[in-house]
Amino acid sequence: MSNVETGADVGRGNRPLSPHLQVYKPQITSVMSAFHRITGVGNSIGAVLVAWWFIAAATGEGAFDFINGLLTSWLGHLVLLGFTFSLCYHLCNGIRHLLWDAGYGFELDQVKTTGIMAIVAAGLMALGLFIVGWAN
Amino acid sequence: MAKFTLPQNSQIVQGKTWPKGEGANLKAFRIYRWNPEAGENPRIDTYYIDTEDCGPMVLDAIIKIKNEIDPTLTFRRSCREGICGSCAMNIDGANTLACTMGIAEIEGDVRIYPLPHMPVVKDLVPDLTHFYAQHASIEPWLKTDSPTPSTEWKQSTEQREQLDGLYECILCACCSTSCPSYWWNGDRYLGPAALLQAYRWIADSRDEARGERLDNLEDPFRLYRCHTIMNCTKACPKGLNPAKAIGNIKRLMVERQM
Repeated sequence: MSNVETGADVGRGNRPLSPHLQVYKPQITSVMSAFHRITGVGNSIGAVLVAWWFIAAATGEGAFDFINGLLTSWLGHLVLLGFTFSLCYHLCNGIRHLLWDAGYGFELDQVKTTGIMAIVAAGLMALGLFIVGWAN
Repeated sequence: MAKFTLPQNSQIVQGKTWPKGEGANLKAFRIYRWNPEAGENPRIDTYYIDTEDCGPMVLDAIIKIKNEIDPTLTFRRSCREGICGSCAMNIDGANTLACTMGIAEIEGDVRIYPLPHMPVVKDLVPDLTHFYAQHASIEPWLKTDSPTPSTEWKQSTEQREQLDGLYECILCACCSTSCPSYWWNGDRYLGPAALLQAYRWIADSRDEARGERLDNLEDPFRLYRCHTIMNCTKACPKGLNPAKAIGNIKRLMVERQM
């Protein structure tokens, strides 16, 4: 693996790559960041499901009954609950990113506090939204 | 591109358990070994040290292992007091300096690996060539156009304070090698250490090349692979904040657009 920008010959002599994910203890910092990305992907998939639902409703009764049946089954509810939490987490953690981009909250104790706040807030929001949705 | 698994030649195999010896407070040290001359995969060797008969720090223990049990164990060390940065390694699942990490702070066995996601030269010695080249690429020296003054380049107390938390960096590479973004894109992303050093010169009131320095960093990879994960700040054994320094660089990038 010779590097174009620096010319560093880091692959010399079939050197092994030291372990990384395999040995690094999960940190609240990296786990929350990974989860931010995963929920970002989850949101895109969820958006496709919701779009499908709406398009089916505009298409006709048969198309709507199919997707509506899927989404209101117990598995569909589970997926929607996951999607709801995914949205809430991405929103709450996104606010942390906005604060960092504005220059606030870089100290380690703040990172921990805002991180726990984001997780708890996302959980409560998702649960609240789901209960409201369920009741209707 | 992120590759989460280790290449075939890097996968760790079962190693040797060295004789236990005497002692009431034996602690197991499980240490990554790789010998470039053996043509084998890396392995984990287990050594036992009596903590009553050893200095308090992890570095004391691995020096004791090298002196008394296995002279082939290879690692970097120099100052033994957290100022040179040589003994940076992955201890108990996080990057730190072996000389400032107390053995008593670790519950259970002490697991020691080289700094993560780096080519290994031997045992706990990673190849830092690329890391140093990245540091050189940010041109870590004072750049001026004005004529050199007859006395010093002067700074007010406030201007000097802007460098606190930056000049203390010892380039041990704990932060960069704790960063998942650096793991996946370290060939092009400069990483927290080089970027903190870059900001150290950007923030220097005497430096006259701020625009040029920012131009050099305005790149989707060199600077913007930082996703504010903040493993760097969590790992820094000197208590510095590379994530904040990078945040400051990003802020300056925006400010100069306005």
